[in-house]
Parts: sequence; structure tokens; C-alpha cells
Amino acid sequence: MKITGAEIFVESLKKEGVEVLFGYPGGVIIPIFDTLYDEQKIRFVLARHEQAAAHAADGYARATGKAGVCIATSGPGATNLVTGIATAYMDSVPVVAFTGQVKTTMIGSDAFQEADITGITRPITKHNYLVKDVKDLARTIKEAFHIATTGRPGPVLVDIPVDVTMGSAEFAYPKQINLRGYKPNTDGHPLQIKKVAEAIRQARRPVIYAGGGIILSNASEELRTLAEKTSIPVTTTLLCLGGFPSDHPLSLGMPGMHGTQAANLALTECDLIVAVGARFDDRVTGKLDAFAPHARIAHLDIDPAAISKNVKVDIPVVGDARRTMEQLIAVVEPRKRNGWNDRVDAWKQEYPPTYVPSDAVIKPQYVVEQIYEATKNRETVISTEVGQNQMWAAQYYKFSRPRTLLSSGGLGTMGYGFPAAIGAQLGRPDAVVFDIAGDGSIQMNIQELATAVQERLSVNIAILNNGYLGMVRQWQDLFWNKRYSATDIEVAPDFVKLAEAYGAKGIRVTDPGKVREAIEEAIATDGPVILDFVVDREENVFPMVPAGKPISEMIGGLA
Amino acid sequence: MKKHTISALVENHFGVLASVAGLFSSRGFNIKSLSVGETEDPSISRMTIVAKGDDRILEQVMKQLNRLVDVIKVIDMTVQDYVDRELLLIKVSTSKAARSEIMEIVHVFRSRIVDISPSTMTVEVTGTEAKINAIIGMLRPFGIKEIARTGKVALLREVKG
Repeated sequence: MKITGAEIFVESLKKEGVEVLFGYPGGVIIPIFDTLYDEQKIRFVLARHEQAAAHAADGYARATGKAGVCIATSGPGATNLVTGIATAYMDSVPVVAFTGQVKTTMIGSDAFQEADITGITRPITKHNYLVKDVKDLARTIKEAFHIATTGRPGPVLVDIPVDVTMGSAEFAYPKQINLRGYKPNTDGHPLQIKKVAEAIRQARRPVIYAGGGIILSNASEELRTLAEKTSIPVTTTLLCLGGFPSDHPLSLGMPGMHGTQAANLALTECDLIVAVGARFDDRVTGKLDAFAPHARIAHLDIDPAAISKNVKVDIPVVGDARRTMEQLIAVVEPRKRNGWNDRVDAWKQEYPPTYVPSDAVIKPQYVVEQIYEATKNRETVISTEVGQNQMWAAQYYKFSRPRTLLSSGGLGTMGYGFPAAIGAQLGRPDAVVFDIAGDGSIQMNIQELATAVQERLSVNIAILNNGYLGMVRQWQDLFWNKRYSATDIEVAPDFVKLAEAYGAKGIRVTDPGKVREAIEEAIATDGPVILDFVVDREENVFPMVPAGKPISEMIGGLA
Repeated sequence: MKKHTISALVENHFGVLASVAGLFSSRGFNIKSLSVGETEDPSISRMTIVAKGDDRILEQVMKQLNRLVDVIKVIDMTVQDYVDRELLLIKVSTSKAARSEIMEIVHVFRSRIVDISPSTMTVEVTGTEAKINAIIGMLRPFGIKEIARTGKVALLREVKG
């Protein structure tokens, strides 16, 4: 029996186990929305801007490990997805984005709401499709999910013209896929694994540098086993926070620009880096020529193109982070603690993250600490926006479990955190969800309060409100002679009234003594809450490596 | 900066050429020549790409090419033994007096005259890049009106014994 393209779309999503779909309707996508109207198994969540739908799908994916799915109409609907897709691409998040397109016969005619979205998203998707025949729709959707979720995950976009969704075809969801150009390698080459084991045996000052791949491949247990078997200190990147318990004796914390002194000194002085699922981002390495000058580098990564991209790798291992670490654990000799471990521990003791506490004004770091204290014994997901709020969250929330931090690391997208928190709450209804935000970035997707209210989601937003675009102001403070060009945003809405205007709850906190109480109240409240923490205006994120400097040259915040 | 000849087998559908070209252009990489055509399997096309760049960047481009779902196989011909050919069509100004001299050059280069008019001759040449460049050099003094080059196509040699 033939069914319509729109029905094929919905049936295919059900075959993929999709439970939540984020999106926004529009002209050419109406046939799909019409079919969704009667659909019981898929929960459709209406965002208030397509960008937020993409971020919500991304947040859902990061929080659950499943693919996140979003849908938008052609033209502006599709182009509004672009920032969300690029965010997912940079952080390797499995997102499948569907867009409506004008009729196949009108493509290329500058039709109303036409945009060449496959052309536009080519450099920011893992793969994309324009479906020109309804007979190809089911297979294309199957391939899209397969590509998005396997290998190095990433976003896949499927563009569907309206005559395809309104056309009809026999529906048979393919069981198998054969993509001759796409066969990711999951097992590491045994010989290369042995070389890594041998390098670990010979190393006197080894460090494990763990990246987002640990979370993506659910490899936290293996990382811990490997570290404990070999007594190697572990530094975890922003995207790997939670992938290794931050209170573990071998944990060095985050490396790089706002990382810990211990992690940066360890990377600088080590004689072996075992990098797993990481990509030597410039925010991690600082000045490349001065990065890990004494170290041999072993790199375990699913993506061959990530190896030797920025830093020359001595022992490449292409494979899935979990599989290759399993292989490595099986052959590596146990290693005992040595003087190197003592030195690293001494750095940790000497340079803990610090700030000057205050009774008079709320310190943003204190807010993050209190959110941690209030949530540490519950299932919690923290999302962040981008800027100072993001770095304070990374420094002062003690992440100990994977998929507890959602943050735009690669693209650095302001406006990501709130919709991501909405996605996370839908994927993990029992978790306490906090978006740690700045007063600048929260305004980039504030309209999603309506989504959160409509879906009755208990997402909490903690605004660290300093009346500045704080991170840019910090750079201007430190490197641009305090010329605060375009960073003062004290002209802002009353966030409490704004929350109330949307039907949510708002709480303003100005007294450091009331911080914890407000956080507890937010957690206890059903529905979304904005916590407007009026914080010390000119607090900076320290320590810091100035851009382009070696990571051993940190400024500020050193006790 | 070395010149590299990259041969890529790709799915024969729309959008593939744009993805491949995009990989080069987004890295500020100039493609010297690019030729695309169907292979013995009509669902597969072969792209032969000649590009200049340092080895590290080219290695990165090869890896990125391999990452594309529509790219089936990528070979850097330059590090192996291969045969390559290019096709040139060249339109040269001629006077009656110069015709025989041009025909002599065409003969030496084992090429052919494919069109003739009172004031021009069009010559077809196949060969390696060096040969193509050489005949262009020989014909330049007569006055070149137009040139069309296909860019290089290449296949690996069958290694024997």
C-alpha cells in the first residue's frame, strides 16, 4: 500500500526510535506537521525560533546519547537552523535536521522562501541530502541516522521538497545500509595499540589528555580503568568534563586557556601524552610551538583527519575511544606511581582554583559552587552559555558523571545553553537541569521561556548578571587598555518581570547570604525559573593563558 | 611546495563535486586542474585533482576527502608510479606562409590539426603536462588566440615483478 511522503517521514522516525522532535512549522513543511497532528508516539516540541530547535535537539542528544532531531521549513526556517547545526558539527553531536524545500520543479527559481540549504550547510554537516524522489525518502532517513550516530558523530541534514512529502510510495524501511564511502573503523590496529602500551611502559612523566570522544563513545569507565591501572594523571577538556570524576586523585581538571595550572604544567613537562578522543584545539594547546615540548604523543581517535592536524602525532591509533582503550587496557603493563605523580599532586595542592570570597557582593564563582552543593546528590544536568559563565561553570562545578555538562565548546555559541537545557530536560525528565548563563547570552534565546512554560519543564536558569558581555570585557580589561567598547549591557530587561511575563517564575538575588536559598527554591518549583544573580561586575575568569601564549604562562588567580 | 596529483573515486551524483571543491576552497587551496568523468562503473566517477601545497596540508586535505561519505577512495598518485595525460586544444593565428612551419611542429609533437580557417589553425595535443607546455611554447610566437586544456587524468601503473 502506498503512503504519503509525510507519512513515510513519520513512520521512519518511529523506526529510528525518535521520541521527541523539536521544530517550527512553515509553508512547505505543513504536510509533515499535518501528519504529526495525529501522531501519538512522537512528542513534538514547538520552539519559538528554529535556532533553539536545533540547540534543543543537540542538548537532547548530548544528555541522552541518542540522536536529537529537529525540523524547520524552507528558506528562513532552514537558515535559522544553521548556527545550531554548526554548533553540533564542531562538537560532534549526533543531530538529524529536516528542512522543507520548495517543489522540485521550482528549485533554483528564487521561489518564495527558497534557500539552497544543502549548499549552505555543506561545510557544517557531516553529510546532507536533497531528496528528489519520494521513493528515496525512507532510505535517506535511514542513512541520515546511521551517519549521524556512528563513527565520529555529527549533524546530518535532509532537505525534503514539498512535492516529495505530498507524493506517495510503498513504505519499506530498509534494514541494512551499504555506503561504500563510509565505513568507520572502530577497532584500533593491534600493532599501534602495542606501541602505545610500550610508550607508556617507557614513559617517566605521562599524561592522559581526554576529550569529548570519551563522552560520545561512553568510555568513562574505560578511561578510569586505564588511568588507575597505569597511575597516569588525567586532564579532561571542557567537552570531557564529567567523563572522569573531577574529585579522583588522578584528575588534573581542565587544560588550556582557563584550565588548571596543574593540567597545563603537566602537559608542558610531560614526556608522553596519551590523547583520547581529543583534537588539540587551540584553546587547549595555546602557542603550538611551545606545546608539550618534551612529549611523545599517542593519539587515539575515530577520525583519521583529527590525527596530526594541529600537533604532530608519533603513535596514531584510529578507532573508537572505548574500543581502543579496552584494547590498550588488555595489553598495557600496570605502572606504579612515581616522582612525577608527586610533582603533579604538589601542583594541584599549590594552585587550586581560587577567588576572593565576599559577604557584600555575590561572586559568580560562589553561585556555581552553591549550585553544585545543592545538586551534587541528585541526577543533574548543567548547560552553559558561552563566555565567563561557561568557564566558571567548568571551573567550579565538580562534574563527576558523563553527560552532565552541555556546553558549546568548539563553535562557542552564545544562546546555546537555555534551549540545550530544554532538550536535556525532555530527554531526562527526572534530572535537575540548570542553565548557567550570562545576562548577555540568555537574551539570545530568551524566547524559549514560552517553550519551557508550554511544555511544563522545570528548567532552571541561573543568570550570572554583571551587566557586561563579560568575557569580551575581560579581554578589553586585560589586553585593550580597559576600553569597554560595546560590552556594557546594563540596559537590560528586568529578568524577574520577564520570567513572569512568560508565565514563569523569577527570583532576583543580590545578597550572597540568599544564594543557596534561591537555588533550593528554584529546584523545588515546578516549571521554569529564572534566578537573576546580580554579581560582582568586574570579576574576571582566572587563571588565564593569553591567546597565543604557551599554556605554561598563566596569569592571575595563582595563590 | 610540491605539486600533487590526487585521484578520487566518488559517487556519481549531484553535490559531490561541490563538496570536494569546498574542501579545497575552505582551506584557501588552489586547485590547479580538476577533471571528472564516469568510470567503468557508471555509478562511480573519477576525479583527478592537481593541487599545489605543502605535504602536511595535502595530507590533511586527503584525510578530509576520505571523510566525505560520497568519496569512496582517495589515492595520492604523486607518491606512486602512474601514467597521466592531458588534452589540449589550441587555436593559433596563421598566415599562409607560417602554415607549413606549424604543421611541422604538429608533426614533431605527434599531434593533429582538427580545424583550419584562412587565418587560424586548431591543434589537438595529448600528452603529459610537460609536453603540452612545450608545444604551447613552440606555438606562442605565431600568436595564440585561444586555449582549452582538460586538466590531467591519471591511472596508477600496474606494478609488475
